[in-house]
Amino acid sequence: MTDKVLTRITVNGVLHERWVEPRQHLVDYLRDELGLKGTRSGCEHGVCGACTVRIDGDIVRGCLTLAVQADGARVETIEGVSDSGEIADLQHAFLESNALQCGFCTPGMLLTADALLKSEPAASREQIREHMSGNYCRCTGYHAIVDAVESTRETRRLAGCGGDRHE
Amino acid sequence: MKAPRFAYTRVTTVADAVSLLRQHGDDARLLAGGQTLLATLNMRLSEPVVLVDITGIEALHGVAVQDGFLRIGALTRHVDIERSELVAQRLPLLTQAVPFLAHAAIRNRGTFGGSVAFADPAAEWPACALAADGELILSNGTNERRVMAGDFFIDLYQTDLHPDELIIAVEFPLPGRQRRFAFTELARRHGDYAIVGIAVAGDISGGVMGDLRIVFLGVGNTPMRALGAETALNGKRGDPAVLAAAIASLSEDIAPSDDLYTSAAAKSHLAGVLLQRAVKSLLHEGETP
Repeated sequence: MTDKVLTRITVNGVLHERWVEPRQHLVDYLRDELGLKGTRSGCEHGVCGACTVRIDGDIVRGCLTLAVQADGARVETIEGVSDSGEIADLQHAFLESNALQCGFCTPGMLLTADALLKSEPAASREQIREHMSGNYCRCTGYHAIVDAVESTRETRRLAGCGGDRHE
Repeated sequence: MKAPRFAYTRVTTVADAVSLLRQHGDDARLLAGGQTLLATLNMRLSEPVVLVDITGIEALHGVAVQDGFLRIGALTRHVDIERSELVAQRLPLLTQAVPFLAHAAIRNRGTFGGSVAFADPAAEWPACALAADGELILSNGTNERRVMAGDFFIDLYQTDLHPDELIIAVEFPLPGRQRRFAFTELARRHGDYAIVGIAVAGDISGGVMGDLRIVFLGVGNTPMRALGAETALNGKRGDPAVLAAAIASLSEDIAPSDDLYTSAAAKSHLAGVLLQRAVKSLLHEGETP
């Protein structure tokens, strides 16, 4: 029964059928099977948030999810949301605020921040800090990241497009 | 690290899950949200032969009010509780506790039943189950039995769950109009496991507390009910002398131990601080503890 399992996972809009080992994490599936290297493998026990991706619209830890558990689901990675332009404003704000240095944590930061801004479009700085506390950055000291999320909150509020929940 | 090799199978009924548990014994593990299990597998703390994915058992999902109880299905995710109007109205203790529970990405997958079954003494749901007089519904596929949360948590990670049983749901008696709740905790980083936490339930009438449940997390091998503090506070208002007596009685109620970061003495002190905050919040409804 340790045999590979056939999985059908829609990643960034494309359906992939693969036989995968049950023990393979979703993050390794994305990186090694599909070659999508934007999702990072960091601590591998759910603490650092570098492997954050979306499953059926909700952010999850790619290292605490098996690829077989995503069978039949819709997965979105940083590549998908970058190409679609969905978080272009947030990415621009990160650049403007110097909210990234080495960039390792950035894909997870972006997806995590975007989830908050969609569920809580008026999130306070304190709420932003609490929400982002599950993602580690070893370069920036976090202030610039919180700045970037806050400025995107304002941009979206002015644009009047911040009220829709994606969940 | 990467998880060791294991087999993976999905079930859609409790009976099928139980049959696999009987067949594989200790070599099988139930997989729900996996937010603790997969971390322990990645760290090679456990090497099961087969994971039985139970998330497809529909009957274990969802929140409902029935027969005077608020019923939380075992597979209800933390985020479902966070967003539930029904929970916010009927058992706000859970709504107050859920923001302390890890981070959004974890809350999107982790389940109520998984947390209760794992019985981490520093986790929020076991303490809430105890404080709100929760009853666990356990099934072996043919028979169901009900166990009060107070009888369920036996020792460190040890519960009354039999090897061939699943938690189906936790049922909470619907609180009366005078029942109020408070939850707060201290952690080094928001979302981390608590250094100390507290869940309190009590009837408040004319500023007097009654029928209290005071439960601490992180200060013993199970969620710890503080019976001494309850006795000191029942029938009283929260004046300073009464609070001081309740805090003094905590030395009999809880048994914290040193860890890497915090000494037992510091945890005992913090437990008193949290008790004070929780009682204040209970007496002045709406105030954040």
